[in-house]
Amino acid sequence: MAEIVIRNLRKEFGSFTAVKGSSFTIADGEFFMLLGPSGCGKTTTLRMIAGLELPTSGQILLDGKDVANMRASARDIAFVFQMFALYPHMNVRRNISYPLVSQGVPRAEVRTRVAEIARILGIEAILDRPVGGLSAGDRQRVALGRAIVRRPKAFLMDEPLGALDAEFREHMAEELRALHDRMGATTVYVTHDQLEAMQMGDKIVVMNHGVVEQWGTPQDIYDEPATLFVAEFIGSPPMNFLRFDAAVPEGATSVWLSGVEIPVPLAKEATRGAKAVLGVRPEHVRLDDSAPYRGGVVAAEYLGTTQIVTLDTPNGIVKARIASSESVHVGEPVGLTFNTQTLSLFDAGTGIALAVERPMRRGAQPRENAHG
Amino acid sequence: MNHSVTEPSRLQKWCAGILVVGYALVTIMPLAWIIATGFKSPGDAIAYPPKLIYEPTLEGYVNLFTTRSRATPETLAQLGPPETWYDAIVRQYDMVISGPSRYGERFVNSVIIGFGSTFLSIFLGTLAAYAFSRFKVPLKDDLMFFILSTRMMPPIAVAIPIFLMFRQLGLSDTHLGMILLYTAVNLSLSVWLLKGFIDEIPVEYEEAALIDGYTRFQAFYKVVLPQATTGIASTAIFCLIFAWNEYAFAVLLTSGTAQTAPPFIPTIIGVGKDWPAVAAGATLFLVPVMVFTILLRKHLLRGITFGAVRK
Repeated sequence: MAEIVIRNLRKEFGSFTAVKGSSFTIADGEFFMLLGPSGCGKTTTLRMIAGLELPTSGQILLDGKDVANMRASARDIAFVFQMFALYPHMNVRRNISYPLVSQGVPRAEVRTRVAEIARILGIEAILDRPVGGLSAGDRQRVALGRAIVRRPKAFLMDEPLGALDAEFREHMAEELRALHDRMGATTVYVTHDQLEAMQMGDKIVVMNHGVVEQWGTPQDIYDEPATLFVAEFIGSPPMNFLRFDAAVPEGATSVWLSGVEIPVPLAKEATRGAKAVLGVRPEHVRLDDSAPYRGGVVAAEYLGTTQIVTLDTPNGIVKARIASSESVHVGEPVGLTFNTQTLSLFDAGTGIALAVERPMRRGAQPRENAHG
Repeated sequence: MNHSVTEPSRLQKWCAGILVVGYALVTIMPLAWIIATGFKSPGDAIAYPPKLIYEPTLEGYVNLFTTRSRATPETLAQLGPPETWYDAIVRQYDMVISGPSRYGERFVNSVIIGFGSTFLSIFLGTLAAYAFSRFKVPLKDDLMFFILSTRMMPPIAVAIPIFLMFRQLGLSDTHLGMILLYTAVNLSLSVWLLKGFIDEIPVEYEEAALIDGYTRFQAFYKVVLPQATTGIASTAIFCLIFAWNEYAFAVLLTSGTAQTAPPFIPTIIGVGKDWPAVAAGATLFLVPVMVFTILLRKHLLRGITFGAVRK
């Protein structure tokens, strides 16, 4: 198993730059998520780690050794493709044993290792079946088996659950995470699904337009998004943005929204321009008739224990996640208050979050909030 | 797979059946006529109105494989009774067998040149198609167009330059010359067809193989090639049929050593209007292509890759 260090990795396809100088570190044994919308460069980054694309510049250190220009076969990593890429002309057993055969592993050992993998994945019964007739889940397991059997330094997975239907996906995600915990193998996982990333990852890198927007634990990223993009991409519904035309000076502890003072965490830096954005997660909005900041209820979506209330405020649409027991009526004006310590401030010009002081960081909000 | 919502009616089925049978009859007719003529006597072969019922004879086949000379009644009497059935057939016409004909040699030439050029076209075509399909080739589109453009004129249009070139290079009437020529003509077809087939094989298979520790060539050989068999088989059939049936260049460039069957068969007619022998030669000439096609038939069935990839 291995630590993977990415340094200033850059990839250009002709005049198009797919990845612009990414840097991050994947610790040994970590389940690492590369998250971003399609075309953000996450798959290109993964393919460069795998050796399927050569970087234009930068370093990929695998256990301290620069492999950026090494052949894929020499890197000792395994790759799980979104479309599985099982060899269609071979049965399940041969598919799984194929990577071992290439390494010249003795036949007896191949048999025992394939049997072991089949037991771990629960696919013993289908070992001699052709891959053609398998269900999506079984094909996914075979693809995993082919990756695991080699005991590689790291696993790279390109949206491996993308081909499964929603119900089964959940199940497979749990299975994958359990498998990872059992083997402790460094895993790099590409996904565009923020829920999947939050649910499974130890660390997440959020990419957009070839740039690493943020890198951290799911909770870091959820609670303290580094940019407007991350704040909007993570969470469902996403973070609310209240835009206002005023600079935030260093040391500010409140901002003025349409003539109402809203307390915020202490700003440790100032905005560059005279426009700023106040970010608030839907679960940190409370409805309070006596509050001075007002909005009108536009819609309410019932979700069982909670409901999502859409409010029209002077600074834009705000969605609030509140208990379904609270009664709201469409068309009614209400007051809004925000959970001060959880608010984020962004520079509207650069889209970058301002550093703020958070005395009671983390653990204050239960993680379930992320799952909408 | 039947996607139609309603089962076709009886009438529709009958009409479709009649159409298919009718079309089959039309296409089989010339073939049946040739095969039938091969078993007729020379007299029956040119009878008018044509005879549909006749006494089959192997005369055509005997004449095809032998050369015969006319003998005087005295010589025939001296020879005694015919030793074999084919001697007997020849004797009816006061002839004796003087030796084997050249049909066998010409047939072997056709096999060598036909299969040789097919093998070469497929071998080179697969490699070129793979490169065009998978790698960044400078001027790829222009090169592909150039390859296709070699097909845009009938090959015979360049017969005279080729004739002169072959004479200069000593390739006239050689197996090598004919194999190279047919390969050159077939390559554009094989590169284009095979590129289409290889394009359809998802690149992830090779990438999986590359990551599993195989070299690029091993990935090509062990993963791509087995999946391209359908394309290779159908392309090979096309290439073989062209090389096998080619007549114009064969007439122009071969006369002896490397002469193929197509230019030879018409020469059998000779002065005797021996249509049954010609028909027999044509019938036997059809066999290898038919066998080849039947052998490769199972590879023409798609679907072995079904389900391994999410489409």
